[in-house]
Amino acid sequence: MLEISRITQIFGGVTALEDVSFAVKKGNITGVIGPNGAGKTTLFNIITGIYTQTSGTVFLEGKDISGLPPEKLARKGLVRTFQNIELFGQMTVRENVMVGMHTKSSCGMLSCALKTPWSVSEEHRIREGAVRWLEFAGITDLADVTSGNLPFGKGRLLEIARALAVEPTIMLMDEPAAGLNSQETLALGLLIKQIRDMGITVVLVEHDMELVMDICDRIVVLNLGRKLAEGTPREIQENTEVIAAYLGEDD
Amino acid sequence: MQFDQILQYSLSGLSTGAIYALIGVGFSIIFNATGIINFAQGEFVMLGGMFTLLFLETLKLPLWAAIPCAIVASTVAGLLFERLAIRPLRQATPINLVIITIGGSILIRGLAMLSWGKDTHAIPPFSGDDPIAIAGATILPQHLWILAITVIIVIVNRIYFYHTISGKAMRACAYNRRAAGLVGIDVHRMVLFSFIISSAMGSIAGIIVAPLTMTAYDVGIMLGLKGFCAAIIGGMSSGIATVIGGLLLGVLESLGAGLISSGYKDAIAFIILLLILFIRPQGLFGKAESERV
Repeated sequence: MLEISRITQIFGGVTALEDVSFAVKKGNITGVIGPNGAGKTTLFNIITGIYTQTSGTVFLEGKDISGLPPEKLARKGLVRTFQNIELFGQMTVRENVMVGMHTKSSCGMLSCALKTPWSVSEEHRIREGAVRWLEFAGITDLADVTSGNLPFGKGRLLEIARALAVEPTIMLMDEPAAGLNSQETLALGLLIKQIRDMGITVVLVEHDMELVMDICDRIVVLNLGRKLAEGTPREIQENTEVIAAYLGEDD
Repeated sequence: MQFDQILQYSLSGLSTGAIYALIGVGFSIIFNATGIINFAQGEFVMLGGMFTLLFLETLKLPLWAAIPCAIVASTVAGLLFERLAIRPLRQATPINLVIITIGGSILIRGLAMLSWGKDTHAIPPFSGDDPIAIAGATILPQHLWILAITVIIVIVNRIYFYHTISGKAMRACAYNRRAAGLVGIDVHRMVLFSFIISSAMGSIAGIIVAPLTMTAYDVGIMLGLKGFCAAIIGGMSSGIATVIGGLLLGVLESLGAGLISSGYKDAIAFIILLLILFIRPQGLFGKAESERV
């Protein structure tokens, strides 16, 4: 599905990522973990076209997607959520999701501006469609709230709903549980599993180990810019190198 | 006597104000999509009038055909301007782009002067010039055209930005460009759209005002600056605030010119601009801490 091949990223004199490779299987939840500064977010920024890597390639379904800008990636079915949620703060919750469905709209600027009957029904169809994603994320009751006024946890759910509205095949989530309380985190875990069950591949960077161990099918561990280990949650938990990286070595 | 005068000045001020409003909304649309002030906005107003003249006199088209052709021609000019001057420099800082727009406006003005000369030209009014009496004041049919067309454009704009998916996508770009990219909105295309919409609006403003004020290669400077004032009063909103800003400016300017001295007409606009920038830089209706994204 998604293949990271020998990615190296150098910022000035700092090597943020060194020769990192791994593959994400279709329909899996893959967690990328590692101590602070391991290069997790850098990796996400490379995959989603925000940084251009020094060397290496990213493949999506066998096609080289390295360096494509975010909007092209979204059209290819790859979306992302941010650690600090990024919403259209002055729009309502519903409008945020509708904008997410923008790529699915076939209505050009002219017919929209001229408000042809066809574009009205298009708008109507999208409005209806948006409700479906709001229901999925459990925020239907907030549909008409200005998204800038949402509490953080709800904002996160909205960001996820908006990403889903793009109808992605793969979704990258950067620390989805950051800033959530334990109850919200629990609900988030269930939601992510539901997303996977819809056939959407999920890759997430996360610090909440309980969540990662609970929902991930595979885990990739980064440390100091290198891949330290890869495996199932159980394998990772028993991996001595990983334990050493997290807890520090004894000597 | 005094009341009649005030009414008269206010009415004619409203129609000039409507023009400022249209130009101001054009400024705001581009500002919201790109973060730059397009100082070439006034030139599209000029192009609207001059192209109408070209189609009318050189190509001998009737007025009803010349107007849409002129709007299309000016819009194409706006599109080319974005493609040739703004897009290649997209990585540049806003200040560089603002300077590019100033350069662009000088270029467009120069080309207009070379093609059409320095003379002032008149465009016939849309439906005659028999004055209409309203409660002691008189207005021209063209004033009514201006007000009606402005109202229609403002409504169409509102519908586009708030009730169509393409308009929502454009607003989304203005609020959070990064998030817009992530949901698959092609931000660069939206920037192009913003130039298309505002050059079309600017040219319409130029066309509807030309029968009253005449047109020449250099009318864009003053009209552009007045439109900019309107946008500043409106806090760079692409909605009703800028329209009110434009109307307010038009009326104050007209009252000042009529009751004090017509020599102060332009000074009044710029005194208002300075006062707004000093006292309420967020616009007359903006919230103090409102953050423009």
